[in-house]
Amino acid sequence: MSVLPQEATMVATSSPTAAASRAAKLMKRRSRVRFYEIIVWLAAIAAFFVLPSKMLILTEIAILALFAVSLDLVLGFAGIVSLGHTAFFGLGAYIAGLVALHYVAEPVVGLLAAGIGAGLLGFITSFLILRGSDLTRLMTTLGIGLMMAEMANQMAWLTGGADGLSGFSLGPILGMFEFDLFGKTGYVYCLVVLFVGTMLMRRLAFSPFGLSLKAIKANPMRAGMIAIPARKRIVTVYTIAAVFAGMAGALLAQTTSFVSPDVLAFHRSADVLLVLTIGGTGYLYGGIFGAVLFTLVKDWLSIVTPQYWMFYIGLILVVLVLVGRDRLARWIEYLPEHLSKSKEEGR
Amino acid sequence: MSDIVLETRNLKRSFGAFLATNDVSLKVERGARHALIGPNGAGKTTLINLLTGVLPPSEGQVFLEGEDITSLASFRRVKRGLTRTFQINQLFNDFTPLETVALAIAERQGIGHNLWTSIAGYGAVVDEAAALLARFGLASVMGERSVILPYGKQRLLEIALAFASRPRVLLLDEPAAGVPEDERHEVLAIVSDLPSDVTVLLIEHDMDLVFSFANRISVLVAGALFTEGTVAEISADPRVKAVYLGENA
Repeated sequence: MSVLPQEATMVATSSPTAAASRAAKLMKRRSRVRFYEIIVWLAAIAAFFVLPSKMLILTEIAILALFAVSLDLVLGFAGIVSLGHTAFFGLGAYIAGLVALHYVAEPVVGLLAAGIGAGLLGFITSFLILRGSDLTRLMTTLGIGLMMAEMANQMAWLTGGADGLSGFSLGPILGMFEFDLFGKTGYVYCLVVLFVGTMLMRRLAFSPFGLSLKAIKANPMRAGMIAIPARKRIVTVYTIAAVFAGMAGALLAQTTSFVSPDVLAFHRSADVLLVLTIGGTGYLYGGIFGAVLFTLVKDWLSIVTPQYWMFYIGLILVVLVLVGRDRLARWIEYLPEHLSKSKEEGR
Repeated sequence: MSDIVLETRNLKRSFGAFLATNDVSLKVERGARHALIGPNGAGKTTLINLLTGVLPPSEGQVFLEGEDITSLASFRRVKRGLTRTFQINQLFNDFTPLETVALAIAERQGIGHNLWTSIAGYGAVVDEAAALLARFGLASVMGERSVILPYGKQRLLEIALAFASRPRVLLLDEPAAGVPEDERHEVLAIVSDLPSDVTVLLIEHDMDLVFSFANRISVLVAGALFTEGTVAEISADPRVKAVYLGENA
């Protein structure tokens, strides 16, 4: 009768109380810390000590990772495809730049302001993606991204137009940690924001809210039939994702002391989708793994073949998709059991 | 005056030139065991889709407890106590039965919007989910992905999921379809054990099941209500026999 005719399973579920305790155990196991999570953060900390000359690329990875993890909330959980996620990233970058230029040099203020501003834009535009198919959503998000880019370009009095925003410098973080020439403070700052952001999104992922998002993605009709208010949930998650994307943009502006119109460029939206394609969707850490791989491969290719590196990025993309997006999204499951499963698992 | 829980007035739904639901005015009494029968393509499932908001009607209205719910989204109807099962399983493939049922219970209790606490933190939800799964004989597979379960188990989960919302009006679209013979009685026992204040509208092809379960039967033919009556009236009606024999001949 059972798919798993293991004696242990049968015995364990023979009574209602046994079923309840097994259910409680299974539910706890869902949100347990996985082994690879610890590895990721330890490696990120180790990199600070082992690779003192690589702070800039490490910072780049941390920023891209936060951006990608925020997109995973929308794509991997709610199942909403977006080609305009950089609208939030770019807005966050400009807000952080403007705050530093005109108001407060302390970075955390700018970071929070960028999150709030991008979240507002996310909330407003979320109503445009509630209806329609994947294609209409792609086009809507792409359109919003293009509009933002053009606005930044035309409003030169505010944004510096094609020249971008420069000439601002950041004060010490929280008044204590000065940015240094080698980018060490910048990396630690970005890593801390990435860590806190990922932990917050992780809580969301294992909450009833996170589960309901996956239900909406898996079967919208049935989700409605168990009383999930899909539109409300999508508005909420899109807003939250926009907040974190905006913060990622702010980190870029603050660590480079420069905002170029490139922060709103279409290729950033495409890049971050590629990052998630590489790392896998629906478990948050795909954004981090993807950002590491994408940045390292890009960096390596631009050294090996400075003329043609875009060609190879394109080739890699085609191969990845042909090999199978679904299989890639689940590559974590192909890891040896003890790596992908939770740490203290009994079975 | 009888107590009508669910009612449709002049409900119509067309797909292009095809009229799938043709002027159906149906009344279901509180606590009824009401069966909806009819030959294939009579529009039974379309009617259920109109009742639950999966499809909007072309014309006409739907009332739940006397209130017009015609323009309400599915999830709002579920919140008001109207839910259904599907003829073809509609599950969340990568979810385990435990996650599936726990989510429905969480939504019923209004904690589905909580984005801070892990579901494991809601002991009452997990306990209720476990009890429901045990009742449906799904306790042993509660941790497997739904998509890999045998069809009979998926079918039971389909029904358990509707129960998790604790409906006051439950629409069952061929609940026993595809359930293996040895598990069939489990489904039927659970359905007939429903509290008597839960109103059930059942779509079924199995006449033995319909006659033993229902206390009122509506016959749908070509999208329109053909006749309606008690089990005795319908089983004795030569026209109903003709409709079915005509289809089988």
